[in-house]
Order: sequence, then C-alpha cells, then structure tokens
Amino acid sequence: MDSYSLGIDIGSTTAKVVLRKGEKTEFEKYERHNSAVREKTAELLNEVLKRFGDIEVRCAISGSAGLGLSEETGISFTQEVYAEGEVVKRKEPDASCVIELGGEDAKIIFYGGGTDERMNGSCAGGTGAFIDQMATLLDVSVDKLDEMSLKAEKLYPIASRCGVFAKTDVQPLLNQGARKEDVAASIYKAVVNQTIAGLARGKKIEGKVLFLGGPLFYLKGLRASFKETLALSDENAVFPDYGRFAVALGASYFAEKTAEPTLLSKLTEKIRNAKPIKISAEIRPLFESEEEYEEFKARHLKDSVKIGELKGYKGKIYIGVDCGSTTTKLAVISEDKELLYSYYGSNRGNPLEIVKSRLLDIYGALSPEAEVGGSAVTGYGEELIKNAFRVDEGVVETIAHYTAAKFFRPEVDFILDIGGQDIKCFKIKNGAIDGIMLNEACSSGCGSFLETFARALGYEIADFAKLGLFAKHPVNLGSRCTVFMNSSVKQAQKDGASVEDISAGLSSSVVKNAIYKVIRANSASELGKNVVVQGGTFYNDAVLRAFERELGFDVIRPDIAGLMGAYGAALYAMKVEKSDLMGREELENFTHTAKSVLCNGCQNHCHLTVNSFGNGKSYISGNYCEKPVAQNGGFDRLPDLYDEKRKFLTGLKRSFCQDKNYKIGIPLCLGNYELLPLWFSLFDRLGFDLSVSPISDRKIYERGQFTIPSDTACYPAKIMHGHVLKLIDEGCDGIFYPCLPYNVDDKGSDNHYNCPVVAYYSELLAGNVEELSKVDFLYPYLNINDKKQLKKEIYSLFGNKFSIPKQTVDTAVDHAFEKYDEYREFVRKKGEESLSYARKNHLKVLILAGRPYHIDNEICHNIDKLARSLGFVVVSEDSVYHLARKKDIGVKVLNQWTYHSRLYKAAQFAVENDDVELCQLVSFGCGVDAITTDEVRRILETGGKLYTQLKIDEITNLGSVKIRLRSLIGALKERENKR
Amino acid sequence: MQEELKYIPFDKEMKKTYKILVPDMLPMHFDLITKMLGSYGYDMEVLTNHSPTVAETGLKYVHNDTCYPAILVIGQFIEALESGKYDPRKTALIYFQTGGGCRASNYIFLLRKALEKAGYSYVPVISLSLNGLEKHPGFTLSVGQIVRLFYCIFYGDLIMSLKNQVAPYEINEGDAEKLALAITADLGEKVSKMGLSFSQVKKNCRKIIKKFKEIPVSERRAVKVGVVGEIYVKFSSLGNNGLEKFLLKEGAEPVVPGLLDFFLYTVHAKITDYRLFGLNKKLYPLFVVLYKFLLNRQKQFIALTKNDGRFDSPTSFDKITELIGGYINTGVKMGEGWLLTAEMLELKERGVKNIVCAQPFGCLPNHICGKGMMKPLKDKNPDMNIVAVDYDAGATKVNQENRIKLMLSCARENLEKEEREVAL
Repeated sequence: MDSYSLGIDIGSTTAKVVLRKGEKTEFEKYERHNSAVREKTAELLNEVLKRFGDIEVRCAISGSAGLGLSEETGISFTQEVYAEGEVVKRKEPDASCVIELGGEDAKIIFYGGGTDERMNGSCAGGTGAFIDQMATLLDVSVDKLDEMSLKAEKLYPIASRCGVFAKTDVQPLLNQGARKEDVAASIYKAVVNQTIAGLARGKKIEGKVLFLGGPLFYLKGLRASFKETLALSDENAVFPDYGRFAVALGASYFAEKTAEPTLLSKLTEKIRNAKPIKISAEIRPLFESEEEYEEFKARHLKDSVKIGELKGYKGKIYIGVDCGSTTTKLAVISEDKELLYSYYGSNRGNPLEIVKSRLLDIYGALSPEAEVGGSAVTGYGEELIKNAFRVDEGVVETIAHYTAAKFFRPEVDFILDIGGQDIKCFKIKNGAIDGIMLNEACSSGCGSFLETFARALGYEIADFAKLGLFAKHPVNLGSRCTVFMNSSVKQAQKDGASVEDISAGLSSSVVKNAIYKVIRANSASELGKNVVVQGGTFYNDAVLRAFERELGFDVIRPDIAGLMGAYGAALYAMKVEKSDLMGREELENFTHTAKSVLCNGCQNHCHLTVNSFGNGKSYISGNYCEKPVAQNGGFDRLPDLYDEKRKFLTGLKRSFCQDKNYKIGIPLCLGNYELLPLWFSLFDRLGFDLSVSPISDRKIYERGQFTIPSDTACYPAKIMHGHVLKLIDEGCDGIFYPCLPYNVDDKGSDNHYNCPVVAYYSELLAGNVEELSKVDFLYPYLNINDKKQLKKEIYSLFGNKFSIPKQTVDTAVDHAFEKYDEYREFVRKKGEESLSYARKNHLKVLILAGRPYHIDNEICHNIDKLARSLGFVVVSEDSVYHLARKKDIGVKVLNQWTYHSRLYKAAQFAVENDDVELCQLVSFGCGVDAITTDEVRRILETGGKLYTQLKIDEITNLGSVKIRLRSLIGALKERENKR
Repeated sequence: MQEELKYIPFDKEMKKTYKILVPDMLPMHFDLITKMLGSYGYDMEVLTNHSPTVAETGLKYVHNDTCYPAILVIGQFIEALESGKYDPRKTALIYFQTGGGCRASNYIFLLRKALEKAGYSYVPVISLSLNGLEKHPGFTLSVGQIVRLFYCIFYGDLIMSLKNQVAPYEINEGDAEKLALAITADLGEKVSKMGLSFSQVKKNCRKIIKKFKEIPVSERRAVKVGVVGEIYVKFSSLGNNGLEKFLLKEGAEPVVPGLLDFFLYTVHAKITDYRLFGLNKKLYPLFVVLYKFLLNRQKQFIALTKNDGRFDSPTSFDKITELIGGYINTGVKMGEGWLLTAEMLELKERGVKNIVCAQPFGCLPNHICGKGMMKPLKDKNPDMNIVAVDYDAGATKVNQENRIKLMLSCARENLEKEEREVAL
C-alpha cells in the first residue's frame, strides 16, 4: 500500500502544504505566513493531524523561506524549481516549457535538449509582490486590478525590469488621469515582458507551456496577457489546477524518494520547536526603555505650529496645496501664520477631485469677514491644479519646503524630506539653497515602501512602525534599493527574526538609504547643525529615532512634518497681492474629464492626456515638447546642441557613387553616435550601399528586447539589439559596429578608453542575436588613433573581398577622418554660437553633460527639449569642453575614458562661467558613472556650482526631471536675489 | 594631470617602522606572499575581518553603485584603521591594481578619496601594478623577489587545488584544510631562503602532492562545480559569502581555476594590444619573453600533477586561448575579459560541466564575457549547467544559495544519470 508523503513549500509570503497518497492528493492548503514561518507551518500540519490522525509520512521542505527551517529541523530540502520540474515530468511529460510566478521569484524551465532551469536575477520585478505593490498604488485590491485589466482599451509602456521603475511610470499616468483599466492591463503586459525578456533571454517559448504559481492561478488578466503575448493556442497554454501547489507537490515526490517515514505529530513538534540557527546581523534597539521614548516624544512636541479655528476667523487666509505623487496636502493659514485648516490624504489617482472637495470644504467654513488673500500650489501636480483652479502661484517644491522649514528654524542649514515616493534633501548656505539631492528612480527606500511592506506582513503602517520601537534585536537589512531590501527581509525571516525586529530594521534601512545613497554623506557633520526633517515618513517615530541615531545628534521634526510643502506654499502665497483663485460657485460647477490622445506633432507621438475642465478650458500633460501647448511656448527657437547634432547625423548624405552591390548597415548606437561621420564617409568613399539605423524609439527597443542577456546593462546598450535587427530587416548584407577598446584620444587625460560595454557590445550581440548569422556581422578590433594601422585593417577586411586597391582604402580612410574632424568642428562651432546667443539674450546656458549617444531621443527622453522649454540654451558636453580655460583640472580619479574626461572639462567650464550650469545625464547601470558622478559633483561644488544629476533609463517619467530642473532654476534665482 | 594626483609615497624610512595591511582575497596565496616579503623586512598583515560591518563601512565611504569588491576592500581597510589595533600613523595599505578600461582601475583612487573623507589622508597607499603607475621608494621589488612572488602563486594555486580535490572525500573531516594550512605556514618561512631554481619548486610541489595523497579518502563520487568570475568575488570568501565552504558543505567538489592564469592573461593582453592595435611597440618583445617564461613554467608545473596521475590538473594557458575560438575575441581584455568565458570552456574540457559564475552586481565586463556568453556557451554545449550569481552589499545569501542549490540539483541528477549509464 502507498504511504503518505507530505510536501511543504514556504515561499516569501505564503506557506503551502500538500499531503498525497499515491497519485491522489488528500489535502492541500496554503496560508500567508506573515513572517511567522515556523508557527504557520506547524499550524498547517496540525490541521492535517486533526483530519488524518497521527499518520506516518515522508516529508520534504521546499521554497526560499523553507531553507532555514530545513537546516534547523533536519527535514530534507529540495530546491523549488527542481521540485516543480519533477511534477511536470510526471503530470505533463510533453510540456516544452514551464513559467512560474511566485511572490518574489520568477522561474522558467525549458525541456528538450537538456533541461534548462532559470530564476530571476537579484534585480528583477515582475512577480506577485510587484503586482501587489501596483494594486496598492492604484488603491484597489488585486482582484479588482485583475477585473479592470480585462476592460482595457489601450496599453501604455511601463518599465518592467524593476518594481521601483514601474512605479515611476505608473504614478504620472495616474496623476495625468489615465484610465485605471488601461494602467492595470499595462502592468500585466510589463510583467509578461519582464518574464520573457528577463528569463527566456532569447530562447523561444513555444510548444506546450505550463503556467504555475499563485498569481497565474488567480489572475485571469495576467493569464490572458501571457497567452496573447506568446501567441499560444488554448491547447498549448496550460493552467493546471495544482498550479498553486506545484512546488509543495514536487516536494512530496521528493520526500517519497528520499525521506524516512516519521510520525506526523513528531514532525509538527520538530517544526514548532525549531530554533533559528543564526540571526542576521543585528543593530542596536531604537529605544531601551519606555522612559527614553517618552523623553524623545516630549522633545519633538516642542516643534509645533499654533493651531487656529477657520470657522469664525476674520481676515485674509492663505491657501497652500501640495499635490504630491501619492498624496495631496492642503494647509490654510491666517495672517499670523496660524494653521487654520489642514488636509493630508492619498490622492487615489485623482488629485483634482480631492482638491476641489477640500476647497469647497474651506469655502464652506469661511465666515463673511474672511477672504482668500492668496493661494499657491507645489508638487508633481502643480501645473494641473494651477490650471484647473486658477491657483495664484506655482512654487517649486524645494522653495516651498525651505520656506516652511525656515519658519521652524530660521537658521536651518539642512532639510531632509522623505515622502511617499521621493527623498529630497536641500543644503542651505547663506540663506540660499546650496545643494539639492533627490533620490533616483532606483533607490526609493521611501514611505510607500514601508507601507507596502507593512501591508504585505498584514499590518497598517502606523501599527507596524510602533512594533519596531521596542524591538530587542533589530535586524540589519542593508541600504540598497527596495528590491534588495525585500530579499534581506526574506533572509531575516529565514533566520527567525520577529516582525518587531524586521520593522525596526526597515526603519533603519530607510534612513541609511537616505544618508548614504541619496545624500552621499560620510559623516553627520557634513549635513549641518540645524537639520529639519519632514515628509509623511517622519511621523513614524521609529524612522525619526533611527535617523537621530545614525547622525548622533537631535534634529527638528515639526509636528506638521507631512504638511510642510503645503504649509510652505501657504506662506509663499502671502506674497500674492490679489487672489484670483476659483470662487465657490464656479468650483461647485467644476467638472473634469481626462482623455488620452496620441500627439501627431512630430514622430515622437507622445501619449498626451487632455484634461478638459467644465469651463471649456483644458490642460495637456504627457508632452515632451511645447508643440501641443504652443501658447505658452516660444522657446522652441532657442539653440539646442542636442538637436543640432541629431540633425547633422541624420542628415548625412552620400557624395560618392555606389559601385558595389553590398549594403552595409551602421547601427546608430553607442560609440557610432560620435563616429558615424567617420564610418559613413569611409563606406561612402569605398562605394558601398549604406543604411544607417534611425534615431531610436520605444518600438526599436521592443524589437530586440527578447534577445538581451543581461538585464542590468545600460539602456543605450540594450537598445542596440533592436537597431541591428532593424538593419537586418532592411536587407543589409553586412552590419558594422567595430570593437574599440580605445576611443578617440582627445589628449589631456590619463588614457582614452571606451567603457567595456561600448567597446565590446558587438561580442555580446554576435552571441545572442541569432538573426545576425544571416548577415556578415563585422566587428573588427580597430585602432582609430593610428591611421596607418586603421588603413591596414580596413584593407584586410574589404580589400580582397571587394577588390579594392590599397590606395583607394588609404584615400577613403583619410577622407573619412576629414569628415569626422569636420563634424567635431561643427559641434564646437555650434557650441560657441549657442553661448554667444545666450549672452546676447541674457539666457542661462545648460550643459546637458552625458555621452554622445545620450542625444538619442529615446535615451534622453527629450530632456533637451524640456530644458529648452524652461528657458535654457542647451549645449552638449562635447561642444564646450574645449573652452575650459584651466587645462589642468586636478581630477582626483583615474581619468582614463574619453567620453568621461569630457565631463570633467565641461564641469570646469561651468565653474568658470556664471551663466553656465551643468546637469549630468546618467544612464542607469552605467558603472563608470558611479565614479564620474562623484567627481563631477566635486568639481562643480568646489567651484561654487550646483550639481544636478538626471538618471535615465527606459522609464519615461519626465515629472521628476522637471522638478530637478525647476529646483535648479529656483535655487539659482534665490542665489541671485541674495547677491 | 597625473602630478595633481597627490599621493604619499611609501618611503624607505616607512619600510622600517610601518605595518603594511593587505586586503583579504586568497588566504593561502597572500599568506605565502606576505611571509616571503616579511623575510625581506616588510611588516605585512593580511586582514581577516569578515564581519557584516565591513560592507557597511565601505558603503559609507564609496559611491554605493561602485562595484562590490571596491566597497569591501575599502570597507575592510577603513575598519582596520578604525579598529584601534593599528597605529594609523604607522600603517600603510597595499592593493593590487590591474589597470585597463574596467572601472576597477580606479580602486586606488577611490581608496584614497575614501581615506581622505575618513580623515586618514596621511596613510600611504601602495599600488602594486604591472604597469608601474606609481613610485614608492620604500617598496621596490627585486627580480628575485618578483620571481619568488610568482613561485608563491604556483604554490598557492597547487595547494588550493589539491585541498579542494581531497576535502570532499576525506574520511576525517578537516584533514585537507589542516594540511593546507600547515604547508602554507612552513613554505612561507622557507621561500625566501630557497634558491631561485625552478627544480627546487618542482621538488617542493612533488612533496606537497605526496602529502595530499596520504590523506585517507572514501570512494564516494561528488558533483564537481567550477567557480569562475570577477577575480575578487571569485576568490574572496568575504566577497562570495563563503562560496567554497558552501559547496563543500553541500557535498560538492569546488574547482577553482588558479591565480596564475590571471597573470598570464594580463601579460597576454599586452601582446594582444600590439597585435590588434599596434600599441606597446617598445615593450612588446619584453612581454613576449615574460609570457613565454611563465607559460613554460606553467606547463612544467601542470606536468607534475599530470605525471603523478592521482589529481586532476589544469589546462595550460596557450590551450585556453585556443578553446575560446568561435566564442569571443581575445581582444576583450577589460576586467577578466575573454578569460572568464575561456575558464568556463576549460572547466568543461576537464569534465566540470557545473559552473558558478560569480560577479559583482552591475559588473560591466561581465555583461559581455559572463552573462553575454551564456547563450553561445549553452547553445554549443547543451550539457553545461551554469548559474550566474550576483554579489552585492544588498544581495542576500538566501537568494544566492537558493540559485546555487538549483544548479546543484541539476548537477546531481546528471551525475546519477551518468552513473546509471556507466552501470549499464
């Protein structure tokens, strides 16, 4: 007779148990374990015990959180993907591929020609937890999200690699009023793309595909999206009933083969009494005693605003609105700056409704002797709110916060604001903002992260934070990005940390992330003496305490920490002479509809959201340039080096006759963005047919997305897959992207390398883009600094094959270099022209300092146009770096990459000129920039300049870029006023 | 611009009174080398601090997106200076610099920047480099010392390899480890006193092999797992969360290609620079001589284990350069470059089909030579079982081990299958 076998699967969020006898499943159950791994598992086993009595079972454990339990109890362990593989072999032997999504892991198994099993890397979204996060963001349940996704009409591009990135895409969509149904479906599409791109990595998913795991069992919309994207027939897309329990089932098979029969009661006992073997690194408890906590609370209570009563107030009131990414805040103050009214709440994807109802609320409470003296709005939704309700002033966030902080501590020299999505830090010197640091898309250990985590563990954020206050052994969870913290928590769970310890640990992580990653401070003294902390996250005493601990001194947290933006805006509104804010009656009749349209102004085809207000007015958002909203534009005529360069490169015309029936394709990517004139003229002169790939768009990226082997490489490299595929489509016979470890020698740096990715990406393409085998993929190793050597190489490549005489090659190479020099000269000349234009017209110059390929519209997301619309004359690093007067800058790092050494010189040029500012464009994943950003910042700050960094990736959210640039402008204005 | 890079040279006076701290990467190799140099008057100490605070300290002083090895090495140094164990005014730091287009060439500069931030700008940093970028009058190696240094690498590679080939099978747990430590301690003292003749080295190697053969072992078969990757996380147990130990605990035999290959690769890169780009015209002949010398020694060295017959021996470097044909050009010479791909192929040649490819998160050369070569490797060798593991301050052991366990499960199944086939 068959004996019982028991499989236990403990994942990141749930525990699952399967009891089996022969092929028959007798019992299966799953439950969220909320971090209490041992207790929950024992409970589940107890249930089995009650139903079946004290039977003898063979048992095995699987799952990422099960690893620890197995070590502690000696119950055998089987890796989850492997366990799943066993199930499929038995149940669906003809399956060709298995896709499983779990809480935090995504897996894929290929059969046929040797089993190939893969799991997501350390930095990957697109899992169950990701979907949970997105549902939270949309303020709906996961079920509702699923339901909505089925009613979608259109899809938006959403970055899929990482949850934090996706959030950055989703948030503006919501703020701009996109339909939630469409967003829901777009989220699913992102998950599907992530799974295919991140795990299949070029391997085709076809034949019979099995879908396993919780999310794929419950979510119909997700199933549909997978089926559709993979173009699977009904027979080939299998969603089995045991989908959720596949791993536990697999563990039971494994148990059958390897485990000794044990009494169930004994097993349960063993698990219940399991002692964690080791504890992850610990940190000091936040508070040693209740008294300490009371003292701490009393101290912070001192920083409070006076509260007044709106009802019955006589005189002028000032209204401040802070329309943030996830929350909307309002503050109304009296002429004496008393807080008369405040509001703090989630904007639930529709800030307009919230602001309208709150304003009505305020009008309702106003006595006849009171009137609105002024109003101001700040934050992500600033323009939308300003346009909708005729708010008097728009204030840059930084200025709003500084205004409020100054109220509490006039001598404030450092402000740290941790909000739902953003971390903002301002350094103040001589009464003006001296430095601004904002978090990157990929480091948001912010409020919403804590909240999502609390919910995942089954708590409300307030309760969750309280738990941590008196934790005895807070765990050290690291300070990297959210995704990494998730896995640290998993590790802590494995080690048996309690919820209290995890809560306290998370608070510390948020703080460390802010200090070391965002502010990049080495010591507390670097921050300043008078530190004001604010933002909703600092209501959380655990976070506040952890911050003071890390700094080693006390800071000021105003009692209105979460309202500071709105309060500052209200203070700012006191400057208004006569308010034009929409009155009560008009407000009552105010209606709003959002419609999404595709702009046809240019080839970008931006997804625009047209917000129509009942009064016939409208506000357009989502635009990259000023075209669709031309009435407030006019900046389109300003010089823009990015545009000039693009025009030059895309306008290259051949001038020699084509006498060879062989088409060479040049992908306009990476290094070719600078060397195009060289290669183009070379092949033109040699008489080849030529095709240059166009400036990228999202479609090109998607065309090659599934052949990318390394997810964390930079976007400019990843986009190249699409370019070569496009050139193959166009019928090129050969594709040319040479390997150039050594770049052009600009002289004056320690060496002139390319970064490894620019230098060798062709090697990767050759190995991963199968279609390339259909053409001649030409990627010779060349030295472009030695004409003689280059001539030799080019001759050996093309001479014999196309019967080109050596002399022709020599002339062609010389000709090519002339053309290349002409291009460089053109760029420099245009740079100088732009500068004199700016000076003549008293405009600020902005060096958008990146690398040649950053001018690609898809890579820089038209940031140049955005900067122009803000009134900057935009120049590129390579158009001005030659103008730096000081030749020896004293770079403190090894200055050995051509492109990057231009950054240092451009920064020096900015330092030497009052009217020139520099913004550094950094591609996510650029390892070299971990070095250059610190150095460029050092050069600028030593020279008394502000440093602004814009981190870009496939994400297209310009909101945060705009805030950075506007903060820069705001800070510059303040500085000028001080002078 | 170089002259602006002010650094404190390690002078002759310092040699007499300073302690030189060495970051921890390959305990046995570094132990041998520091002992050897110790007998020439250098007071050196290999750091052993592995506490989790090392990475924390590193994160404080280095840009958090910098590669993990830099974070760890710098963290380890600063923590040592802050520990109170050493007088920072009487301490110098040493680090090996590879040079080249990888950002790792910047470690020395990042270290100096970090020291400045931490208030130790007066601590001299000695950069040990094949390119001879900086001058340190108190730290100059004679030809004899350099040759002995290479001998230490030979010994280190041999001991590491033998230890790993015996440990999984030993009957008395800990035998191999104990022997390895004993040999290292003994040799370290002697290396400087021995002559420069290679026959002496060979004699010693034969003795070492003999001693390892004497350890009683069982008949069990273990899964062999190759370890390749970025040099620091490949070798350093601090960097790879004790990968070697973990594999041993799982009953597998770790196969870790030695350090010598990396040196040969560095020299080879200079020759390739000449061949492809016409660079190094003057020094080129010298590099050829050095390459040939090292290669010749390596071959003799390999022959020792091969002739003995008991242990598995590595492939010679020239053979490795041939293996790589059809995969990646030897012109890829930043970071570990083509050697990383080649080592996987070399392992496969030796019958080690299961491989952990260890890399720091976001490692640039690894995009190309590691993850970028997985598909061609697997396409041409479907039986290869490779797992790429990212190491980082934020990545957790449980995630890493879970992925390695997946690889091990497949490896064990393949081994069983093989055994069944043999039995038939």
